[in-house]
Amino acid sequence: MEIILALLKVFGVLIGAVLAAAVLTWYERRMLGLWQDRLGPNRVWFFGIGIVVADMLKMFFKDDWIPPFADKPIFVMAPAIMLGSIWMAFAVVPFAPGIHVIDLNVGLLFFMGMSSMAVYGVLLGGLSSNSKFALIGGLRSAAQMVSYEVFMGLSLMGVVMITGSFSLVKIVEAQGDLWFVVTQFLGFIVFMIAGIAESHRLPFDLPEAEQELVQGFHTEYSGMSFGMYMVGEYMGVVLVSVFITTIFFGGWLGPDFLAWTGIAWLSTVTDFFWFAVKAAFFISFFVLLRAAMPRPRYDQLMSLGWKIMLPLTLLNLVVTGYVLLMQT
Amino acid sequence: MLENIISQFRTLYGVCSHMFRRYAKRGPMYEVVGKKKLWETVQYPEEMPYLAPRFRGRIVLTRDPDGEERCVACNLCASVCPPDCIALQKTEADDGRWYPEFFRINFSRCMMCGLCEEACPTYAIQLTPEFEMGEYHRENLIYEKEHLLIDGQGKYPGYSFYNVAGKSIAGKDKGDGDGEAPPVDIHSLLP
Amino acid sequence: MELILFYLAAAISLGTTLMAITRTNAAHALIYFIISLLASAVIFFLVGAPFAAVLEVIVYAGAIMVLFVFVIMMLNLGEAGQRQEQAWLSLSAWIVPAILAAILLAEMVLVLSSSETPIPAQSVTPKQVGESLFGPYILAVEIASMLLLAGLVGAYHLGRRYLEETREDEGE
Repeated sequence: MEIILALLKVFGVLIGAVLAAAVLTWYERRMLGLWQDRLGPNRVWFFGIGIVVADMLKMFFKDDWIPPFADKPIFVMAPAIMLGSIWMAFAVVPFAPGIHVIDLNVGLLFFMGMSSMAVYGVLLGGLSSNSKFALIGGLRSAAQMVSYEVFMGLSLMGVVMITGSFSLVKIVEAQGDLWFVVTQFLGFIVFMIAGIAESHRLPFDLPEAEQELVQGFHTEYSGMSFGMYMVGEYMGVVLVSVFITTIFFGGWLGPDFLAWTGIAWLSTVTDFFWFAVKAAFFISFFVLLRAAMPRPRYDQLMSLGWKIMLPLTLLNLVVTGYVLLMQT
Repeated sequence: MLENIISQFRTLYGVCSHMFRRYAKRGPMYEVVGKKKLWETVQYPEEMPYLAPRFRGRIVLTRDPDGEERCVACNLCASVCPPDCIALQKTEADDGRWYPEFFRINFSRCMMCGLCEEACPTYAIQLTPEFEMGEYHRENLIYEKEHLLIDGQGKYPGYSFYNVAGKSIAGKDKGDGDGEAPPVDIHSLLP
Repeated sequence: MELILFYLAAAISLGTTLMAITRTNAAHALIYFIISLLASAVIFFLVGAPFAAVLEVIVYAGAIMVLFVFVIMMLNLGEAGQRQEQAWLSLSAWIVPAILAAILLAEMVLVLSSSETPIPAQSVTPKQVGESLFGPYILAVEIASMLLLAGLVGAYHLGRRYLEETREDEGE
């Protein structure tokens, strides 16, 4: 029974993440349409949601062409690294009390580690393609992701100092009185911006800036290996939203509006409901950023990181430590 | 610095507020459909876009008011055509009219530039506001004369080249054309 | 069960390290080395040091090796680099490092066989790591931070001179 439950959780999280990413492809296009006075996909099924299935079928049956000049083993491996590492990071996310694959006592660091492994997917994809656009895209993404990982990790340290643990369940439970977005506002801002850069979404999608680099690191990819990159990117968006929710917005915490029924398991449902609502809000915010923001220049991106984000996180860290010491 | 940050948030708010607008205030659709629409998209197959009469679409060959072919096979269109998609061969009828023996346009190469229409001295070749020419086989895009020739006069009704030209054909001798003086007997002008 | 996992991870680590040494393609060698680092992270995890394991993944596999791959991409060695590597991997070049490594191995076997240091049963929490870093090992941490500061200042100095030179060039 235990094993079945554990397997159910594992496969639920795996499939749930992919489904969320798949639906996000449709949701993003519809929302972009709404915000830009367009329609978006609206032909297949209700509100065009069948475009997800259509896209998937198209991806599966497209010719998966490997260029003859590519470094074949790395070329094949790179998208799997990207998808796999982002998939792994979902393991530590507590969706509701008791609904998580594993509650590592270094859960937050595990997320950091997996997101830094995801760099390899991009980097090796760019390296093995043997094409100048892919190479420049890979170089850009390596520099961008390595630098933004620094602030991403540091911005979370304030939360860790308050909670006294890297465990995500403990972090959520520590927000019973006050969400960390209030006490760690600077940390939230930095984590958010670093999260966008880390999942290389617009406005920070310089690794794949299509005006200058064709498609950046996945220029040479086609068929399902491109599909893995795309799913990986959308799963990255879901992942960052989920972590913002967990770390700064109280995870599953919210009013238990089904308590009057007196059924025990319904409280888990409401918890998950609140988690999903918060995560969906941040996913929508990412889409809004894509709809509204122009892309910065590469040196602007780097100077924003090292000249503004890093001092802000260090300031946040010092102030948090000072306040914590004063309280004890 | 602060100003820049605020301007970013203003942009975000501005874009987000599109969600709640009842209709698009600017843009081309406002004039056409008024205040009913939330989007600027034209739902193409159901809702046809407006095409101006001088839209450069499918090429046709027109006829003059008598129902004869306007084309005199002068080859100007073929020589001006940038992608060289027009081919024709001149021949002559018994009554003295010139006409193309064959007239072929390869629409898989045609780029609808309209230079042939500008070059045509007889208003024969004209571009029409029609663009739905999709085919499954590329050979089907090669249009012969019977596909190109229409029964009407196109954009210039009432114009007939042989009526205003000096060329003599059966039933119309030199000097019979519109606004044309009778031919001068040059021998009578000898001193 | 844990013993099997340990030996599996150790075997992967050793094998990939060997592959990393013998590959002529720099990118392939680096990937093998990354896998070796990940395997040693798994070993850390198994012996009850999850903090060290995750730091290994973040710092070594996730940051330092990325920079290595970055440099490989910048240099873009290609076929010529592979041929040069091939030349360096000659038998005569192997002898001295192999002897040195054999001496080290013998020493390690000697030390390990003489002293019984069992794997600690309890796991090391991040808090313990922090307390020992800023308690008994404070001097080492300070020296490391001084070194990093020196590196930072040096990099800034080099970069600044380069910047000034380019600015002068543009001024001409």
